[in-house]
Amino acid sequence: MKPALLVKVLRDPQRASGLAPRAWELLLSQARAAGLHGALPFLLEDAGMEAPPAPRRHLDWLRTEALRHRDSMRNEVRLIARALADGGRDAEQLLLLKGAAYLMANLPPARGRLFGDVDILVPKRALPAVERALVLHGWTGTKLDAYDQRYYREWMHELPPLEHMQRGTTIDVHHAILPETAGLRPDPERLRGSAVPIAWPDGVQGEYPLSTLSPQDMVLHSALHLFWDGEFDHGLRDLYDLHRLLAEFGKRPGFWAGLVPRAAELELMRPLFYALRYAAALLGTPVPEDVSRMLRRAGPNRLLLRVMDGLFLRSLQPMHPSCSDASSGIARFVLYVRGNWLRMPPVLLARHLFHKAFISSRPAEEARTAE
Amino acid sequence: MPLLASLTHAELRRRLHEGELVLRTGPFTTRIRSDIAQVSDGLARLYAAHPVEDADSFADFQVNLLRSSGWRRWIRPQVLFDHGGNAPFTPLPLGQSQPMFEWVMNWCVSNHAHSYLIVHAAVLERNGRALILPAPPGSGKSTLCAALAMRGWRLLSDELALVRCADGQLAPLVRPVSLKNKSLDVIRAFAPEARFGLPVGGTIKGTIGHLAPPAASVARADEPALAAWVVFPRFEAGAATSLTPVSKAQTFMRLIDNAFNYALLGERGFEVLARLVDDCEGSDFVYSRLDEAIALFDGMSAEAP
Repeated sequence: MKPALLVKVLRDPQRASGLAPRAWELLLSQARAAGLHGALPFLLEDAGMEAPPAPRRHLDWLRTEALRHRDSMRNEVRLIARALADGGRDAEQLLLLKGAAYLMANLPPARGRLFGDVDILVPKRALPAVERALVLHGWTGTKLDAYDQRYYREWMHELPPLEHMQRGTTIDVHHAILPETAGLRPDPERLRGSAVPIAWPDGVQGEYPLSTLSPQDMVLHSALHLFWDGEFDHGLRDLYDLHRLLAEFGKRPGFWAGLVPRAAELELMRPLFYALRYAAALLGTPVPEDVSRMLRRAGPNRLLLRVMDGLFLRSLQPMHPSCSDASSGIARFVLYVRGNWLRMPPVLLARHLFHKAFISSRPAEEARTAE
Repeated sequence: MPLLASLTHAELRRRLHEGELVLRTGPFTTRIRSDIAQVSDGLARLYAAHPVEDADSFADFQVNLLRSSGWRRWIRPQVLFDHGGNAPFTPLPLGQSQPMFEWVMNWCVSNHAHSYLIVHAAVLERNGRALILPAPPGSGKSTLCAALAMRGWRLLSDELALVRCADGQLAPLVRPVSLKNKSLDVIRAFAPEARFGLPVGGTIKGTIGHLAPPAASVARADEPALAAWVVFPRFEAGAATSLTPVSKAQTFMRLIDNAFNYALLGERGFEVLARLVDDCEGSDFVYSRLDEAIALFDGMSAEAP
């Protein structure tokens, strides 16, 4: 399978020079499909690339959208902090994960990253207090049926998503980074123990102490999320997050030396192996030789690795008609089942997939109209 | 640039099948792919005067309108819309393909084109001054817009007022005027020379028919205009024609209610809108008789600014 134009440009932005008009159209369209459209203008700008007038206008539109998104998500985090502050000190800190963490810590993946939900990690014992505080400030459980409620509250590592009644924004409150039912159980107390406090950005006055995971844990969580989850709609975007995190943290002393030992400690060697393998393969992420050597035995056997290469290299392409065929659909389905397999014991999994397939209302039936 | 009317029907269908029809509407180009007869027929009837670009040129938007596959191909067939693989809407019955095309063309612009403040409004121009008619559906905005366009006002848009952030001018986006239910007969009687697409019944808005935009307006799609009036129209059966002034502040707030991307533009949106309202007279307009309405607007446009 040929890599998508977008992948080539992410790997080497100079590839965008001299593109034909239809290739620019394709690049923008693939970027939208991959959820990387907000990042594209900044990527090209940083590389000193000039687009011809017609695509440049799109890049300007996207920049407007991305900057607005940045401001409104910062404000969202501020409002979450206020809700938690009103509700007491049970959460101890507002520990942000993924997109919100990159944004508030001003890390490279935040540039132009469009994301829908704010993810936070709180101690399990604080869940009831945190949920109460958020509900008092206008967040409410989304319309989930009794099965979904049970799915989240008994088996998952997070509350059912809470949506704000007026703003429509969503917050995911996690107490761990993998479900209760998964085989791997990275200890959330260790993650919280190594969390790094960060300052509120200029002009945003927060009422609760803000923190993110440590650099190594942030990379490991991102790897786990991408390679253990089963949903690849934004696979390439998440891989690009990893690429940019590694490029940034790799410059800091001690980062690489501590990464593999930390992965071993948290039982996350396999996800790290995949993350570095596919980031290097698709995006050319530089990985030190000794790190690759230390991880060699963390991968699957050679036969399985060839299978996984086939699945991941297809599923990590943009979800766009120009780079999808029957095999990419199959690969995504296999990884979806695998993602659930890794999170639940087989009997529970069979029951869950049956429920999703035949009992839960299907998204296509939702009242979306052409208005 | 060749006009769509210069393509034979066979060539139009070939380009649609192969995704090679690039249609220019005002500042935007759209690559359209479709295997549906209603879509090619609608384009031939309603977009004859619009320019088409070379198949290899850059298109701003990709509109794919394709027939459903599988058993849906035969039983209650549907039309599916996707924009580069992204399908934001549920499919509609195949018979509604042409209205769906018009909806998705609006969606493409209002969701992407953030170098404009985009307001849900009709825009017409006469003697160099533009009239903005913002209104929720059902207010008689499109009827009034169609009537003015058939009486010598230049049509800029029936649905989307595009205020350029750079200079506050209104960019034309000349496309068909969407008329619903009784309005169709009203305009047919009012302007017997008007050309329409085939009316489509049973949509969520009832029966919809599109009026082809006057070719003279389409030909001037690269001439922007400065707004002079913001008029909030309301059709009320039997009502006397009346025009009442609306304060600047009220005009401002009511335009925000009708804007698609005001919040997204942030401070810039405020500045662009403030400037527009500063340069305009705002009014409420109630009407029931089209002839009286036209006479009133003609009188307004004849007055010295």
